Amino acid sequence: MAIERNGGPNAIEVRELRRRFGAQEVLRGVDIDFPRGQITTIVGPSGCGKTVFLKHLNLLLRPDSGRIVTEGIEVTALGGRALDMVREKFGMLFQSGALFDSMPVFDNVAFPLVEKTHLGRAEIVARVHEMLAAVGLQGMENKYPSELSGGMQKRAALARALIHRPGILMLDEPTTGLDPTRIGAIHALVRSTQQHFALTAVLVSHDVPDVFEISDRIAFMHQGRMRLHGTVAEVTAAHDETFERFLAGKASGEEEIPAATG
Amino acid sequence: MALLVGWIERQGALIIDGIAILGNFFIFLFAALFYIVVPPFKPRLAIRQIRIIGAESTFLILLIGTFTGMVLGLQGYNTLRRFESEGALGTVVALTLVRELGPVLTALMIAARAGSAMAAELGSMQATEQVDALTVMAINPVQYLVSPRVIAGLVSFPLLTAIFDVIGILGGYVIGVDLMGAPGSSYLNGIAQNVDAHDIATGIYKSLVFGLVVMWVCCYKGYHAERMATGVSRATTEAVVMSSVLVLVWDYFLTSILL
Repeated sequence: MAIERNGGPNAIEVRELRRRFGAQEVLRGVDIDFPRGQITTIVGPSGCGKTVFLKHLNLLLRPDSGRIVTEGIEVTALGGRALDMVREKFGMLFQSGALFDSMPVFDNVAFPLVEKTHLGRAEIVARVHEMLAAVGLQGMENKYPSELSGGMQKRAALARALIHRPGILMLDEPTTGLDPTRIGAIHALVRSTQQHFALTAVLVSHDVPDVFEISDRIAFMHQGRMRLHGTVAEVTAAHDETFERFLAGKASGEEEIPAATG
Repeated sequence: MALLVGWIERQGALIIDGIAILGNFFIFLFAALFYIVVPPFKPRLAIRQIRIIGAESTFLILLIGTFTGMVLGLQGYNTLRRFESEGALGTVVALTLVRELGPVLTALMIAARAGSAMAAELGSMQATEQVDALTVMAINPVQYLVSPRVIAGLVSFPLLTAIFDVIGILGGYVIGVDLMGAPGSSYLNGIAQNVDAHDIATGIYKSLVFGLVVMWVCCYKGYHAERMATGVSRATTEAVVMSSVLVLVWDYFLTSILL
């Protein structure tokens, strides 16, 4: 089954996506487009459904209703080999990194190539070294995930997410649990790899407003819907009261720290 | 009236939930077995599990087998002497081991040693999103994680049971014959004459069924652990308890069928 790449401007289009867990409706009709080659950052209060939404894009979770069109293919009803082919277009960086702790960094990063391709050993070694260099982890090939710092684990996980050269990268809170001085470094790395590999990136983040600097577009998720979405300038110019309250809440939270210590 | 309807509804919900859990439990087994025969085949994963579940349990099985045989030799000798039939000691030790204690104790020991570790490993992989990571790489996690362990169980259990039986018979010989003075030639001749292929086959069938049950339960419990530390510990406990209970229950039914 051939999956054609459509020529439209959007890598992913989501329409009226709904998902309920028990009595709670987490996604209440999500509509959004993800333009190709751009970073779209999804922000919103905790528990608004950001991670759940992200996990629907590569069908880790299935919606109750609604459509997701990835590169021109309606993916919500796919199964088997066709679904695998869609999933191979995605790289995903999990919140915890999700490195296999039984394997050293080299095997973790090489894993998708070893399992899903017929590449020779020399080719795999070359690609893993190239990717580890791109994320700044040269010389760490033989370390186990438990021997790495949180930031290094995220870098290794990013290398693994990109090794099979996906067109779309999804990042679920890549800076959670990191030292504040490392957050900027991970943001810069996300931006540089996105540009280097010309990726469409979907980023879920809590780091407002810092994350806006690396984002092309912002989606503000609130109560199971995309309340606002557009370019950074459009969203900030919208003067939406809820969004501004959300930003202010975040900002005042950060300002309390020097006040408390002073 | 409304009270009664409510009560009936709750009982119904309990029964439906129970059936759903049982259904998931069996679907999990069928998926694991199905993916054994469907490509891509990954023999190195199964071999690695055979090493972890099987080869690395050998010392434990040798130890438990030796002491089980020794205690059978001691108890058997003292009991048989009352009837002046010490010559039957070999037959008693061998049949007890081959038909019952070999498969059952091997299964219980591997459930405790490898089954608990497996449930904890799969549970923590689930908790740290490593299972999701496999799925997004378009690798079927049941095929990658569970099927190789089921294969390893089916290969390892009969082999470890055979080791247990042999070392147990030797342990019984050392105590019964060398220490207590039962006649050595009748110990060995008794085994040769009275333990037939059917007895050995019974033990092998049992160990195959136990291998499947232990791997199935321990993988299921780990794979479906709640995604937190307490979920993993609960899954580990439940895996060992449930697989041990099922081994003993199945042992009764298999014995009554195969006898």
